[in-house]
Amino acid sequence: MSAVTTASQHHRKAAIGAGASGALMLAPAVFVLLVWSVVPLVLTLWYSFQNYNLVDPTLHGFAGVNNYWYLLSDPDFLQSLLNTAILVIGVLVISVGGGTLLAVLYDQEFVGRGVARVLVISPFFVMPTVSALLWKNLMLHPIYGVYSWMMRAVGLTPIDWLQRFPMLTVMMIVAWEWLPFAVLILLTAVQSLDAEQKEAALLDGAGPVARFFHIVLPHLSRAIAVVVMIETIYLLTIFAEIMVTTAGGPGVASTNLAYLIYSRALLQFDVGGASAGGVIAIVIANIAAAFLVRAVARHLEV
Amino acid sequence: MAGQRARGKSLVIAAVGWVVAIWIFFPIFWMFLTSFKGEAGAIATPPRLFFVPTLESYHEVFQRGNYWRVTFNTLGVSIGATVVALLFSIPAAYAMAFLPGKRTRGTLLWMLSTRMLPPVGVLVPIYLIARNTHLLDTVTGLALVDMFTNLPITVWMLYTFFREIPVPILEAGRMDGASRWQEITRVLLPLATPGIASTALLSMILCWNEAFWSLNLTSSNAAPLAAFIASFSSPEGLFFGKLSAASTLAVAPILVFGWISQKQLVRGLTFGAVK
Repeated sequence: MSAVTTASQHHRKAAIGAGASGALMLAPAVFVLLVWSVVPLVLTLWYSFQNYNLVDPTLHGFAGVNNYWYLLSDPDFLQSLLNTAILVIGVLVISVGGGTLLAVLYDQEFVGRGVARVLVISPFFVMPTVSALLWKNLMLHPIYGVYSWMMRAVGLTPIDWLQRFPMLTVMMIVAWEWLPFAVLILLTAVQSLDAEQKEAALLDGAGPVARFFHIVLPHLSRAIAVVVMIETIYLLTIFAEIMVTTAGGPGVASTNLAYLIYSRALLQFDVGGASAGGVIAIVIANIAAAFLVRAVARHLEV
Repeated sequence: MAGQRARGKSLVIAAVGWVVAIWIFFPIFWMFLTSFKGEAGAIATPPRLFFVPTLESYHEVFQRGNYWRVTFNTLGVSIGATVVALLFSIPAAYAMAFLPGKRTRGTLLWMLSTRMLPPVGVLVPIYLIARNTHLLDTVTGLALVDMFTNLPITVWMLYTFFREIPVPILEAGRMDGASRWQEITRVLLPLATPGIASTALLSMILCWNEAFWSLNLTSSNAAPLAAFIASFSSPEGLFFGKLSAASTLAVAPILVFGWISQKQLVRGLTFGAVK
């Protein structure tokens, strides 16, 4: 397979003739991406060592590591790190675990399968602010929400979910958005599994469980790696869902790193402190990316 | 006997498949239903499944002066960002697909890695740059930021489509004396139209739904739908009818596009790793 690809690449090169024109066509895209990724990064780093508050012009100058020190010793910061971890890990477990099971389920033939699949992947196409408000108001509102009505109908007292279990509830809302993404990707991958392979295993007398673990799961490994990578990128900086449901509260109970940085920057106007948080967010994302990209890059056809 | 068991099994699968699907889709269905209930019907207890539909909520949403403005903002940002992203990424993807060099793989992976930069990490400088260049709360400013964030995806997706075009066809054009420009515009682009259309569609969907920069870089002037809906958070959140109508209007076109183009979206979202 890879030998064929390489051969055709050489062929392409020889046939059309590489040269300066290739670099010239590539240059604009590379240039804007370079500017986009380097300039803000350098500025964030620079601000993070400055005393800089938008509403207090008397405060300025080099701050050393004060912004970092102030942030790292703030209990809110530790809480936000914990919440970020809960959100990323919780949603990954739900979406990858559930997504794998649902992909296998919707790979089976049944009446109306096509429609059922479309319904399942739909939440992924709903914009985050709509998803959040749908759940906050129509579903979970303690008085008018459908779920509250159902709880009353079976004799339970409705719970104000976003007040009582803010982080768990935000996690469920985000999982509702990202589980469909996992199903979409993993279902596509399951369907590319050779029918003959499945049949051969069936004839060999492999049970459904053995078939799942020995054939389906290994086949899915690359798609799962891709899902984990892409979801991690997005989940590390979930923002809109928190902003419109809990505004990070009560207190800081549902504040993740992204929301903390936002509130430092645009609610408290503390550019220095927010930038220190930004640098930490970038470092965390890069640590995650270093592992994930390496795992996935092997699978990309380049 | 065995046939009966197989039929029983497939009935169970169908039942589970449908229950799960309906449960997951229910909030969207309920939003759609609530948008036709009017304010009083929207908060009736017990919730009503059957009712006389009314367009009252839609009328109210349309009458809010900023609804149309917000929709035009969203269209402007999505179309603008997509067109510019394509202008940058078509030549780049062409170069990487047909004139690959030693650094092509590295360049592609580097582009992917720029997606790893968390937006919130650069919120402060982007906000300040936008403010100082008077791009804050403008359609142009938001479109630019969306274009930058989507560029790696559009380059990758076009690259995977271009690589499927047989080289001999391009060569034939060259034999006839076509310049590179003609080769791209007369031979490549017509052949790659479906791939370019899918790429444009994915970019539109991502821009349309983008919330982080929309909420942080716009307010009254350039707010797109994602930010407009957030304004229903409070205290207007309790107007369930209006919230549902506005949300339905914001979500419906993307849902339909998403349903139609699932397959192509998988390729774009996974950088071609899953097809």
